[in-house]
Amino acid sequence: MNSFLTHPIPVSWYLLVSAVLFALGVIGFLVKRNLITVFMSIELMLNAVNLSFVAFAHQWHAVKGQIFVFFVMVVAAAEAAVGLAIIIAVFRARNTLAVDRINLMKL
Amino acid sequence: MHLILFFIFAGCALAGAVNLLLQSHPINSALSLIVVMISLAVLYLLLGAEFLAIAQIIVYAGAVMVLFTFVVMLLNAGREERTRGSRAALALGFPAAVAIVAIIATVILRAQGLSTAGVQQGITSTAELSRVLFHGLLLPFEITSVLILIAILGAVALARQGNGDGERKAGK
Amino acid sequence: MTILEFFLWSLLKVVVVTVVLLLAVSYTVLLERKVVGRIQNRWGPSRVGPFGLLQTLVDGAKLFLKEDLTPIGVYKPLYLLAPIIALACSLISIAVVPFGAPDVGGPGINLFQIANVNIALLIILGVTSVSVYGVALAGWSSNNKYSLLGALRSSAQMISYELALGLSLVGVVLRAGTFNLRNIVEQQAAKGFLTWNVFGGLQILAFFIYLTAAYAETNRSPFDLPEAESELTGGYHTEYSSMKFAMFFMAEYGNMITVSCVATLLFLGGWTSPFANLHWFPATHNPVLLAFASLFWFVLKVFFFLFLYIWVRGTLPRFRYDQLMNFGWRVLMPLAILNIVGTSLWLAYR
Repeated sequence: MNSFLTHPIPVSWYLLVSAVLFALGVIGFLVKRNLITVFMSIELMLNAVNLSFVAFAHQWHAVKGQIFVFFVMVVAAAEAAVGLAIIIAVFRARNTLAVDRINLMKL
Repeated sequence: MHLILFFIFAGCALAGAVNLLLQSHPINSALSLIVVMISLAVLYLLLGAEFLAIAQIIVYAGAVMVLFTFVVMLLNAGREERTRGSRAALALGFPAAVAIVAIIATVILRAQGLSTAGVQQGITSTAELSRVLFHGLLLPFEITSVLILIAILGAVALARQGNGDGERKAGK
Repeated sequence: MTILEFFLWSLLKVVVVTVVLLLAVSYTVLLERKVVGRIQNRWGPSRVGPFGLLQTLVDGAKLFLKEDLTPIGVYKPLYLLAPIIALACSLISIAVVPFGAPDVGGPGINLFQIANVNIALLIILGVTSVSVYGVALAGWSSNNKYSLLGALRSSAQMISYELALGLSLVGVVLRAGTFNLRNIVEQQAAKGFLTWNVFGGLQILAFFIYLTAAYAETNRSPFDLPEAESELTGGYHTEYSSMKFAMFFMAEYGNMITVSCVATLLFLGGWTSPFANLHWFPATHNPVLLAFASLFWFVLKVFFFLFLYIWVRGTLPRFRYDQLMNFGWRVLMPLAILNIVGTSLWLAYR
């Protein structure tokens, strides 16, 4: 019982979780047809990469790995603000969020 | 204890990500993504990154995803429609994604020298993190602040009604 | 202490704290009705039980027994999820709040705090930032224009004021050098109220910014636009009835209590007495009495903040929406940043 409770977790498991999350993000990016959901898939990929960074930072006892995650978060927040502003602008012009319908350079 | 927590929250994260793909309404996808982010925060805690765990919740779950739900509510985006393009992507995308996972997994499982993780091996305190950030990496930090400023300006410029001089026409 | 003992102690503490918190919530409602009644020159509830003390229990029974209506147009999964998120977020934060002197009841047991964590203050901020979803989803899933307007207003308001709220706490954290609530309190304890952050710490500006932003965060008057009944017929919880409405109601008062606890801990010295150590007083060497004294001071300070909440509600009119946004971004934010710069300059100079 006690050995089960204190059993350590291999770092590679975290990396596997991260890889699967990243792949799911890629699938979402390719399959989803709604502009907002496509954008969410990108956020999912960024999060998956963050998990890898934190796992490696733990593995090598390197604080800088965590700083990387910090910067990724900052960039993701900035990207979300600009991206959603673009989505709102697109919706105003086209009145749709379906990626397939947004296929003209000019109205 | 760690093992149980790891399985619960890794499971939540993966289930949330799968649900993001399966749901057809954007607001459900957004909520599944929030579940993924909160589970990832717990995994960060298990890896001893306490500041990042809570930053993940405040920045991602509390700010970025609120923006997403806000936009979904504002645009009243309905269910997405299936089209021919998405079927082609489906046919090409799944094998590609499975291939990615397989390649990464073999690399990870073959890698030498990966140890085990546990909070016993040390929690990175917030003070330690900030020392590295503000001593060694001050310049990148300041540059990101400029980046954020530009992002704010860009978002305002893009989201305002009409083009540059449109405020008078659109407002009144 | 084995894992099993730890688990049982934690469970016991969680149960006791939850029950006390729910009781406190219901009696805050009564307090509000009484005090607002007095402010408006009437009695408030006075029929049920002595001084109307049983009124809240009867109200609870009424809400519990009412028919649970679900309108046809709602989006059901989120409609059911929203009140749960709201209530859960308002109850979680109390887990990291220390109510009284540390290490009461032996080492490792910590009778007056559920969990002593390094990042307690950040956890409270994080839970606050997630609690937006309760309101936003309630408004959206109700499929009602008043609810949606209330939810949009509230999301925008909570995101905007969260910045001022977070920034106002930076001064306190700079002084204490930690996010651990217990250490923050102990750092203020040296000379009673002279070393409290609000006076001796020169954080009086941050204190007022925190209070204002927190009133907006909890959607309380004068910032109660999300549920402004004269404009939105109840805002985000228009379509909710019976127990689901009661959950939103309890969440609001639970948030008030959390905000009061945090204000007490960060600015008014938490459980420490305002007169520092009363060494000349013989009874202060009795450990049981000391533990209860710390609990007494904490409850008294929290009560003061709750009273202030109600007093403000009875006094100030509601803001207009543009005034609210202007005030948050153009007044509170710059003031909070000014406070950070001032505090860090002062700390660097010392």
